[in-house]
Amino acid sequence: MARIGVFICHCGENISATVDVKKVAAAAARIPGVAHSVEYKYMCSDPGQQLVKNAIREKNLTGVVVAACSPRMHEPTFRRACAEAGLNPFLCEMANIREHCSWVHEKGDATTEKAVDIVRTLVAKVKKNKALQPIQVPVTKVALVIGGGIAGIQSSLDIANAGHRVILVEREPSIGGHMSQLSETFPTLDCSQCILTPRMVEVAQHPNITLYSYAELESLDGFIGNFKARIRKKARSLDETLCTGCGLCMQKCPTRRIPSEFDAGLGLRPAIYVPFPQAVPNKPVIDREHCTYYRTGKCRLCEKICPTQAIRFDQPDEIVEVDVGAIVLATGFDIKHSDFFPEYGYGRYPDVIDGLQFERLASASGPTLGEMRRPSDGKVPETVVFIACAGSRDPAKGIEYCSKICCMYTAKHAMLYRHKVHGGKPYVFYMDVRAGGKMYEEFVRRAMEEEGVQYVRGRVSRVFERNGKLVVKGADTLLGARPIEIEADLVVLATAAVAQPGAEELAQKLHVSYDTHQFFAEAHPKLRPVETNTAGIFLAGACQAPKDIPESVAQASGAAAKVAALFSQAELVRDPLIAVVDRQAPPVYSSCVGCFLCQSACPYQAIEKEEIRGRDGQLIKTVAKVNPGLCQGCGTCVAFCRTKSIDIQGFSHEQVHAEVLALLNRGERDA
Amino acid sequence: MKTGFYPGCSMKGSAREYSESLLAVAGALGRTLPEVPDWNCCGATAAHNLDPDLALALPARILAAAENVGMEEVLVPCAACYSRLKVTRHELLEDEQLRQRISGLVEADYRGSTEVLNILEWLSRVPELEKHVKKPFQRKVACYYGCLLVRPAGIVKFDRPEDPQTMDLLMRKLGAEPIDWAFKTECCGAGFSVSRTDLVAKLSGHILEDAVSRGAEAMIVACPMCHLNLDMRRPNIEKRAGKKISIPVIYITQALGLAMGLPAKKLGLHRHKVAVKISAANAAAKDI
Ligand SMILES: Cc1cc2nc3c(=O)[nH]c(=O)nc-3n(C[C@H](O)[C@H](O)[C@H](O)COP(=O)(O)OP(=O)(O)OC[C@H]3O[C@@H](n4cnc5c(N)ncnc54)[C@H](O)[C@@H]3O)c2cc1C
Ligand code: SF4
Repeated sequence: MARIGVFICHCGENISATVDVKKVAAAAARIPGVAHSVEYKYMCSDPGQQLVKNAIREKNLTGVVVAACSPRMHEPTFRRACAEAGLNPFLCEMANIREHCSWVHEKGDATTEKAVDIVRTLVAKVKKNKALQPIQVPVTKVALVIGGGIAGIQSSLDIANAGHRVILVEREPSIGGHMSQLSETFPTLDCSQCILTPRMVEVAQHPNITLYSYAELESLDGFIGNFKARIRKKARSLDETLCTGCGLCMQKCPTRRIPSEFDAGLGLRPAIYVPFPQAVPNKPVIDREHCTYYRTGKCRLCEKICPTQAIRFDQPDEIVEVDVGAIVLATGFDIKHSDFFPEYGYGRYPDVIDGLQFERLASASGPTLGEMRRPSDGKVPETVVFIACAGSRDPAKGIEYCSKICCMYTAKHAMLYRHKVHGGKPYVFYMDVRAGGKMYEEFVRRAMEEEGVQYVRGRVSRVFERNGKLVVKGADTLLGARPIEIEADLVVLATAAVAQPGAEELAQKLHVSYDTHQFFAEAHPKLRPVETNTAGIFLAGACQAPKDIPESVAQASGAAAKVAALFSQAELVRDPLIAVVDRQAPPVYSSCVGCFLCQSACPYQAIEKEEIRGRDGQLIKTVAKVNPGLCQGCGTCVAFCRTKSIDIQGFSHEQVHAEVLALLNRGERDA
Repeated sequence: MKTGFYPGCSMKGSAREYSESLLAVAGALGRTLPEVPDWNCCGATAAHNLDPDLALALPARILAAAENVGMEEVLVPCAACYSRLKVTRHELLEDEQLRQRISGLVEADYRGSTEVLNILEWLSRVPELEKHVKKPFQRKVACYYGCLLVRPAGIVKFDRPEDPQTMDLLMRKLGAEPIDWAFKTECCGAGFSVSRTDLVAKLSGHILEDAVSRGAEAMIVACPMCHLNLDMRRPNIEKRAGKKISIPVIYITQALGLAMGLPAKKLGLHRHKVAVKISAANAAAKDI
């Protein structure tokens, strides 16, 4: 005879404001098989859990239903509590009366009735639950870090220093990410390269880190502790073991007029190149799209000049397979470019540039060697207008959020400009200045009050060219919305920070969720900011949302700590909510007829063939068998099975049937 | 497709030539444009400043009248009328209660089947327009859209609000070369035409001066209000600028008519304040 306990939570007022919890408790008490039914303000709190534990012991409960929030939120909490009181944790179920009821309906009798219905179905289900034992799986103590910007670098170093092996995969020929492009960094104005390059070198030299640059993730299988990653090492067109990085090839390459990605299109590079002199690894790649040999079949000058004969024109891409236990995603962000803005000329004016281009103009290693010269004619700009929130905070443009970093880097840019052009006139158009952070407000104040930067509160409606000047039309909303026009020599747009191109595709490969803007989604916005919803995959840096360097580094160390914690366990425990194939006593052995439709349906290749043999070793039957290590419990095979021989433990046909029946027969049973 | 025509007040008065040229062009293209029966004022700028219900009721009555005689779309050449009809349609379809209340007020039920078209949309739908061109309009032109054709972007859902292209594409089909400029949707001064001519002189002056400095030989417009400010207020503009500005302001329908070889008189070109020195027989000649 079932003895089920029902525990109804108010969730503060989240549930009790719309659902009459007392009525639910009373109705639940009348459901056959329910031996105990109570409500409480915060069931997940310590006293709340104690209520559950005491009832299990005192009333000898055989099953528990907690009517509260989503199982995603607190199922582990209550299952743990049940286990502590001696009840198998898989005999505890959550009835979600918050997300599925109180949050989506208005207060009223119908809402309360729906809550009772949800409880009723779960009571029916839990009566059919079986005690299950968790599955133990081993952990591969190697981490895969995807993306080698400052966040990926920091995570890799932290994990490696904790004594674990790291495989770092970077898409570009060098690690470093956006930080390597920056001139000086707010709020201290220290040189970006000077603080970054030592870390890059450390990565290259660390005995625990294997770096695959110019490489991308091809596919990923498996699960927490046991991932299998296939990495595509794109052909560099040279033998890395022979190349000494002498750079002769880059000097001699005749194809030299390719816009440099590193210089944000403001400088040029040859077809065989390293992105910048401090690149890690310091080995060039041949850009096959532009290389004269690949395009016309003639040239091979680099091959002739190379002192170590390292050039390999016929090198293919290589696929490397690695086993890893955890993954850190650190693929960073991108910015909108100036061609996104019709009102600012659609990228037609060479002197309307974006923030990264300004960084390159201001950088000592940039195309102008740090001299402030505008792209069109190399003139030193006498007036520069900086436009903040270009695209950000603008639902009409589809980018509703604040890009967070641009208020700060715009103040930095205006200051750097003043440092380089003493008589120069910098203007900043802004909506409001967001400078929350240690020493940030002080930094902006310094720009406004000590460095002579003119801050104009208002939007710019249009930028257009007239007589060699860029006319910036805007309004000064602090001076009675007075329209103003500034004739500028250079306009810098603080364009919106957006997700990396390809972020969506990568997320789908990894089965990681992402938001409407293709930033990767954290498991909980407040309490689990570095985890994804996929166990074993963590987030670091601006791939989750726009972030500055301090924040990216902090999160990167957080992700590394999570990985280290995971690797500190010898074995992982997994929920046994996986598929099982029917097994019976002889002479039937199994209702499976061995059609193996399930095998082709399973997305995780978890179905194997098992031969059932008699005592004499003779083959009786070949049936399906589920590999518990690979099965993710998705249930696809269940839908395919023609003889209903596969069940998901914890969601069996019998359990789901009981739930449906409970709904159909409502009223009759507990009248 | 049955297309109706809503002239509004300006097409019968200050912008007669817009109406004349439209009907001439439509006739030459083999299209009839019956007027919406018993049409009334759209409310213009006055109604929505005074009474929100009135601002919706007046256009709703027009739309209902068109719908009742089976017009699937109404062509509204005046950009201001277009805006009022388009916004009303949007608001009534968004809010069923409001639709019922307004329908009650005007004692006519608008169910939302009749679409509202501006002149550029209507012309863009003419298949193979370039085939009708007999005398290519070989001029540098400044396509001026004004504010109301493209805004509010979320409601009119027509072209790019900051840098529209439809008129430029149309003029290209007629053989013209549209200039690339930044004043396409800048304010001409609009209703201040009466109360603050000084403001109109300034705003419209900026528009004309920029067009001229970029080599435009004619302004092309699709709004009676814009035409009024750029053409009729030219003396005020010139006085403020302290110089003569002789660039003519031509409705898109007039430009099309010229390119199709229709006589200038039928297109009402003689009605402009700023002389359009174009002989009907020789639209392509460089004698503006
Ligand atoms: C104009 C500008 C100025 C700035 N100035 C400052 C400043 O002064 N101070 C400050 O604190 N912050 C500044 N920032 C912010 C700073 O750039 C970021 O905080 C930082 O770069 C984030 O680091 P990240 O590693 O998360 O991302 P990124 O720097 O974007 O690095 C991501 C890396 O991942 C790689 N990658 C991407 N996709 C893949 C893939 N599919 N597979 C493999 N690898 C991939 C990329 O190639 C890149 O190397 C500025 C930003 C801008 C745009
Ligand atoms: S950080 Fe500043 S400039 Fe950037 S989007 Fe936010 S408010 Fe606008």
